[in-house]
Amino acid sequence: MNRKAKKNPVEITAKNIVRICAVIAIFAVCSITIYMIAEGTPALAKVGVPELLFGTEWMPTAENPSYGILYIILSSIVGTALSVAIGVPIALLTAVFLTDIANKKLAAVVQPAVELLAAIPSVIYGLLGMMILNPLMYKLEKIIFAGSETHQFTGGSNMLSAIIVLAIMILPTVVNVSVSSIKAVSNNLRGASLALGASKIQTIFKVVLPAAKSGILTGVVLGIGRALGEAMAINMVAGGSVNLPLPFNSVRFLTTQLVSEMSYAEGLHREVLFTVGLVLFVFIMIINLILQRMRKRAVEND
Amino acid sequence: MKKKITKTIVAALTALMAVGALAGCGSNGDTNTDTPAETSENATAETEGNEAEAEGEGEANTDLSGTISMAGSTSMEKLCEAMMESFMAEYPDITVTSEYTGSSAGIESLAQGSVDIGNSSRALEESEIEGGAVENIVAIDGIAVITDKENTVTDLTTDQLKQIYTGEVKNWSELGGKDEAIVVIGREAGSGTRGAFEELLEIEDACAYAQELDSTGGVLAKVASTPGAIGYVSLDVVDDSVTSVKLDGVEATEENIVAGDYSLSRPFVMATMGEISEQNELVQEWFSYIESEAGQEVITAIGLILPN
Repeated sequence: MNRKAKKNPVEITAKNIVRICAVIAIFAVCSITIYMIAEGTPALAKVGVPELLFGTEWMPTAENPSYGILYIILSSIVGTALSVAIGVPIALLTAVFLTDIANKKLAAVVQPAVELLAAIPSVIYGLLGMMILNPLMYKLEKIIFAGSETHQFTGGSNMLSAIIVLAIMILPTVVNVSVSSIKAVSNNLRGASLALGASKIQTIFKVVLPAAKSGILTGVVLGIGRALGEAMAINMVAGGSVNLPLPFNSVRFLTTQLVSEMSYAEGLHREVLFTVGLVLFVFIMIINLILQRMRKRAVEND
Repeated sequence: MKKKITKTIVAALTALMAVGALAGCGSNGDTNTDTPAETSENATAETEGNEAEAEGEGEANTDLSGTISMAGSTSMEKLCEAMMESFMAEYPDITVTSEYTGSSAGIESLAQGSVDIGNSSRALEESEIEGGAVENIVAIDGIAVITDKENTVTDLTTDQLKQIYTGEVKNWSELGGKDEAIVVIGREAGSGTRGAFEELLEIEDACAYAQELDSTGGVLAKVASTPGAIGYVSLDVVDDSVTSVKLDGVEATEENIVAGDYSLSRPFVMATMGEISEQNELVQEWFSYIESEAGQEVITAIGLILPN
């Protein structure tokens, strides 16, 4: 049977098709990496690494242009970190609610609803942020900075809006991954904990969550990746001026930098935008490497 | 036997999926090549239309062949590219080349005789006119300053506008309006509108923007929805959702711009050495094409104002 299968033309064709598909995928990854490095590094050399990565002035069209993207990098890092800090606890507790607290009927309603959040296109998040969040933020801004001489009013398009939108956007990713990893925790563990006299809440936080740790961390890292790579929604709510990432400042992220300036940029300005892309690419790669290492460790631990 | 059938089915499905994937790739590739193909199709259609028109009028001499070279203003790139595409579709044997080196550099190249046409997005200077360059204004670029509907300040001086955009004035009450913070909205670096706006007000790279948006529509929407906002857009897109501010008492209208009363506007000049009538046949044909209905349509289609 085995020998026969090897010679079977259908078998061989199928194998080759699968092989070709794999080659296409690998080719795509390699060519994107090579392209980003080839396009992104020349500007680093032309502008100078410290001036570009640690400069704070972004004036690409001035007579003496300066291409400092430090504020942009910081905005991306701060925005991602804070949105994860807000989004992850909410997502984690939602996951706990769905797996261990809610009755099955309720969970059957809530979980698809959360999953649906993931299917909503980011432009919709941006639109809602622009129409609902920004006006609210502007009211808040007016109250906080009433009478301020130095603050530049941004009309509510600021870092805080971006963080809130991002925090909501990463919810479904973190919830879904956490739910499946919490569900995978053996009921024997729960039973043992309860039998030892621990309450339900104690069991959840001291036994179940630690046992599901690696899966939850995977969800968190995926959430970070989503927040870091989001462009459209942020572009609509963050204001888009290059500033220090303070809550009520209009800010620009690495992604929105590319989106907003690519269309008309020329010469060195354009090359620097590719460098911005490269920086973003490197960040995403680092996140992915962390993710892979985590998965490996999880497998080893099991 | 049953196993074999299953296997065949699986293989067939795999093959089908692969074909699907490849087809997907193929159609992607198509979309990429589609654009030029479509453009050329459109162009052909246009040419046919134009030819029919030309035959009717009996003027256009489509048998001409040769090269027209232009150099100059980067701001005029959009106009030049659109005009060249439309022109070369009608005159397939004429090649038009254009470099975007900047207005002054363009007029310099014209004076040296290295190009036929020098593009300038400002009026020619006297020294340039003395050098023999003739100012042919083909289009006018106008920028409107807009505020939200609730704003009571409807008239600004150029100086006030400069102060708003450089961050010296931060509240409408300083300009005689309500006590409302000014939200300064502009376009992203590299945008032609931003370039023109800052250049005309002489506040290049001195602007303190609260928001930098990447589209005209975005500016319009944000200004309309944000109390105390101010922004700038091409004149042709201004609508009822915002107030168009008077500048030094002059309303931003096409008439005022053509008359030269409104300061936030600039001419797009295609300068030649000597009058158009003294140019070679090709250049004359180029200018008569710009003057023709098709050429004027190109100008208005990209949001510019006709000079006459």
